Amino acid sequence: MFETFVVAFRQALDLILSGDPEVLSITLRSLYVSGLATMLSCMWGLPLSVALGLSSFPGKKLIRGFFNALLGIPTVALGLVLYLLLSKSGPLGIFHLLYTPLGISVGQSILITPIVVSFASSAVESTDVELRDLARTLGASSFQTSSVMLRESLWGIVLAVIASFNRAIAELGIAMMVGGNIRYVTRVLTTSIALETARGEVALSIALAIILMAIVFSITVAIGSARRE
Amino acid sequence: MTRWLAIASLIIVVMGAISYAYFSTQSKPKEHLIVSTTTSLYETGFLDILKYDFEKKYPSINVSFISQGTGLAIQTAMRGDADMMLVHDAARELKFLKDGYGVNRKVIAYNFFVIVGPKEDPANVKGLSPLEAFKRIKESGEKKGAMWVSRGDDSGTHAKEKSIWKTAGFDATNLRKMDWYLEAGSGMTATLKMADEKGAYTITDLGTYLMNYNKKNIKLEIIVEAGKDTLNVYSVIANNPKKTEVAKSNFDASMKFIKFVVSDEGQALFDNFGKKEYGQPLFAPYVKLLKSGSNAELIQWIKQQAYFDGTECPQEYRYQAEGLY
Repeated sequence: MFETFVVAFRQALDLILSGDPEVLSITLRSLYVSGLATMLSCMWGLPLSVALGLSSFPGKKLIRGFFNALLGIPTVALGLVLYLLLSKSGPLGIFHLLYTPLGISVGQSILITPIVVSFASSAVESTDVELRDLARTLGASSFQTSSVMLRESLWGIVLAVIASFNRAIAELGIAMMVGGNIRYVTRVLTTSIALETARGEVALSIALAIILMAIVFSITVAIGSARRE
Repeated sequence: MTRWLAIASLIIVVMGAISYAYFSTQSKPKEHLIVSTTTSLYETGFLDILKYDFEKKYPSINVSFISQGTGLAIQTAMRGDADMMLVHDAARELKFLKDGYGVNRKVIAYNFFVIVGPKEDPANVKGLSPLEAFKRIKESGEKKGAMWVSRGDDSGTHAKEKSIWKTAGFDATNLRKMDWYLEAGSGMTATLKMADEKGAYTITDLGTYLMNYNKKNIKLEIIVEAGKDTLNVYSVIANNPKKTEVAKSNFDASMKFIKFVVSDEGQALFDNFGKKEYGQPLFAPYVKLLKSGSNAELIQWIKQQAYFDGTECPQEYRYQAEGLY
């Protein structure tokens, strides 16, 4: 039993090093789909985070609570909801997002927006209030003050973005349900691992799992070491 | 401020590079055909061959196969998320036609289910008929001698299994509660692997079994051979363009695909797949068999199981089907 695992592991390394075109295409697709998802969620999530972090308005606590609650949403549950909504017989069917990479991106961005908002707004909120007062007394405008605060909390925001990208690229439920794991179209790392394991292609599954973990680890490590400088 | 711009630009450049790399590995076809289908066809890799040859003939069409159990495949077609389907459950196919969702059904291939199990054959069913084997496996299971793994996923194979239990006098919904009856809820390969792990019996299509056995994924042996009761017939049905729920389906491409798989060219693909490795086609071509008339008994069996009132597709469910029947 252990022997077959070692053999498979070696075959996996071969696949990666030989640059198998399909493995490459799946990897690029994962990066593209989850990267786009991260960008989308930042687009609407970061401005919201800044507003939540810096200002106070009625309903703020409710909104914060809402996003915190959605942090742990199971991906299959969200995937199922999206599948029903995006189906051609569903309310959002006109967008033709089901079984497309863009559909997965949209779905994943919904998944990770709570991460971006929760973490980024916490980071912004925890910046020193005295800094704001100092900026104000030195004559800074409202916008300049916000910029200064943002710069202070930048690392918190960067970590939020990294965390959400990692969550997106590593999730299976949405990619499977919304994407359908169609070869050459919506097959990504996570769905491929699931499929190839079900088909008994252990070597290929291990290869893809190694690549996925390498991506997630290296991004986290790279950011971490950059921060220490 | 400039640092912000620098960071934002960097991200955009990186995303752009990845997008470019990704898209350059893609081809841009003009239209899509989505076929919902069974897991057994998918897992053996046969659909990739169909796709490749079909797209060579029609380069502007991109075919996507969504492999699910037959039950889910039918629902996907009903929702209009697939343009056509390729399944193996005559009873549900008839319902699909009767409910107005499908037109132009064609029977295209067949193979046999076999009952596989551990070499030691703890329930002692070798050589029995499928019906007798099922009965004895149940008896053995109740005495804690043998176990059974079911697909449990509403697939065509699962439907076949349930119908055999029914003919043997048992209701599968009651059997599900028994300790010796396990439900995999998965595709065929995953189910076979589970049966292998547990030393249990299961029913499988010959194609998926042979593929996995040859790859040394499983050690299960064929305990009960193929017979009339375990015939497995595959058909295609296109979504009905006159039915509002599925009117937006790509009927034109579906018909092209159907005509392709029943053509000599398409049937040859069925005929060749598996011949070299296993000595027999994993999914035998039916249209070719019908044309040659070489095995009258087998043709009779297929017609008895998969035809409705003497035809594979009653007149009222045909639409723009010149030359097909």
